[in-house]
Amino acid sequence: MLKMTHLQKVYRTHLIETHALRDFSIHVRDGEFVAVTGPSGSGKTTFLNIAGLLEEFTGGEYWLDGVDVRGLDDNARSKLRNEKIGFIFQSFNLIPDLNLFDNVDVPLRYRGFNAAERKRRIDEALTRVGLASRMKHYPSELSGGQQQRVAIARALAGSPRLLMADEPTGNLDSLMARGVMELLEEVNRQGTTIVMVTHDPELAARAQRNVHVIDGQVTDFDEAPKLRDPDAASRGAEAVAANG
Amino acid sequence: MFSYYLQLGLRSLRRNPILTALMVLGIALGIAASMTTLTVMHLMGSDPIPWKSDKLHYVQLDNWSADSPYYDDGRPPDQITYRDAVALVEAGKADRQAAMYKLSLPIQPQNPEVKPFQSLGRVTHSDFFAMFEPPFAHGAPWDRRQDGEHARVIVLGKALNEKLFGGQDSVGRSVRMGGNDYTVVGVLGDWKLRSKYYDLTNGAFNDPDEFFMPFTTAIDLKQRASGNNSCFRSSGDGWDAYLDSDCIWIQMWVQLDSNERLAEYKGFLDSYVNEQKKLGRFERPLNNRLLNVTEWMDDQRVVSRDVEVQTGLAFAFLIVCLVNTIGLLLAKFTRKSGEVGLRRALGASRRDVFSQFLVESGVVGLTGGVVGLALTGLGLVAVRALYPEFRSVAQLDWTMIAVTVALAIVSAVLAGLYPTWRACRVQPAAQLKM
Repeated sequence: MLKMTHLQKVYRTHLIETHALRDFSIHVRDGEFVAVTGPSGSGKTTFLNIAGLLEEFTGGEYWLDGVDVRGLDDNARSKLRNEKIGFIFQSFNLIPDLNLFDNVDVPLRYRGFNAAERKRRIDEALTRVGLASRMKHYPSELSGGQQQRVAIARALAGSPRLLMADEPTGNLDSLMARGVMELLEEVNRQGTTIVMVTHDPELAARAQRNVHVIDGQVTDFDEAPKLRDPDAASRGAEAVAANG
Repeated sequence: MFSYYLQLGLRSLRRNPILTALMVLGIALGIAASMTTLTVMHLMGSDPIPWKSDKLHYVQLDNWSADSPYYDDGRPPDQITYRDAVALVEAGKADRQAAMYKLSLPIQPQNPEVKPFQSLGRVTHSDFFAMFEPPFAHGAPWDRRQDGEHARVIVLGKALNEKLFGGQDSVGRSVRMGGNDYTVVGVLGDWKLRSKYYDLTNGAFNDPDEFFMPFTTAIDLKQRASGNNSCFRSSGDGWDAYLDSDCIWIQMWVQLDSNERLAEYKGFLDSYVNEQKKLGRFERPLNNRLLNVTEWMDDQRVVSRDVEVQTGLAFAFLIVCLVNTIGLLLAKFTRKSGEVGLRRALGASRRDVFSQFLVESGVVGLTGGVVGLALTGLGLVAVRALYPEFRSVAQLDWTMIAVTVALAIVSAVLAGLYPTWRACRVQPAAQLKM
């Protein structure tokens, strides 16, 4: 699903070079639920930005669902991002003056679906997160947990193969956090690959596999994924740190 | 996607009503200032008779003193003498010809309730009506035969007919003017003239003529022009000496239906002046001119330098307003960088974001244009109130309405280009706090 080999990301100013990722290699297979952990400044956010095609990288290779993303122009990257990836952010990032329906509609508009198809998908996604009855409400009328559910519905509406989550429960209390995690696990069970960045060890423990990043490199990973169902065994998982 | 962007644009504008109002007002004020002056300039300078303006020609002959030219730049005088006017009309070499002058006469109404009053009109030949095509409400112009007979007939303008006869069909009725009786043969309808282009020597934006009288009749009755009169030497004593003098006080128009006819007429004028030179007149080198309607309007600066400068200043003001709008849009779009980042993450390309924000700028422009149109209307009301002579040109026509709205949208989109470009450069990752 996602394969990075010897990936480099260097930020250059006229004074210094900062290596955010160095020789970073990871392989996430279809259907996996991978938690990327590491201390602040370790490069895990940079990894997520590059994996989500939100940022360019300076060296190495990145294959997303069989597509080599090097050299793709902005249009192609945007299309790929729209079709393959759903995002869930720590601060939900709903658009405040759009109601739930219109918020979930945003990625579908860029996909070019017709009105009927968009409506069907929005209904389905909001039903899935249990908020179908509130589609005319605005984000400010919802609790944090509900807002994150809308964000998940928005991420799922386009049926992406990969869900990228950045501290998805970071702004939630433990009860709401548990609800969101259960929802993500259910989404994963239904076949969507999830890559989640977190520094909450409890949350990371619920993923099938942990990848630990320090100083822009993968330093530690579970050889054998914790299997949630017997089928996952055949899918397997590996993460390779070339320098590690 | 356009309707989606339009929805988003409208929603975004509603979100910050004060900022939106400032932007719309900025565009509207700039547009209104520009369009008010531009409308006046456009209508002042527009072709008043487009279907035949290239056929009607104003005749100029240089009979001026050998010692000093009429104009320093060598242009011939603006009017001609009586004897030349009569000679040219009688020669009849053009397809139509009409000499004319401005005349002011006291009118003694038959209706005892209406006091005598002074009226301004035009003395001319019957061809005038076929050449300049004023609409007739009743009756018809006099004809060439009546020109020859020096008939005591008159054509009334709409306003004078209202005043004397309450707007009724007055054909056949008699009007007493300056102690003589004239029979009404025709009454004009509503003649909408933006400028009085057939007599620019007496002011392009003067009131419309109230009556028209045969040239031959007025001369018989020794009625002197109330318009401009220039002499470079004494005209001598008495009416006949005046008619025979080198004083210029008559405007002369000819209609020439083709370029061949124009060339022929030029040749005729040259040979006429050369003949006159043999009689000791026309001491200056040959300097005849035939200008068509639009050339003559340019020559007489119907659109004055002042109006051009005002229009330039108004457009400079529009640029100031646009710079202000650029600043406001920049502030607005910068505040939306979080949304831009999010939309990019959800699959919007730079082009999508660019289109969305450009449409939003266009919506500001459209709204500014509509408000600007209303302000332009008010501006023109003010122009009409301050300068009554411009009332015929301080009017919005459909062309100018379309230009106003288009200019507003184009201006706002131009103002939006830089802020939009900036919005597109937003790094999505930096805005999402991932």
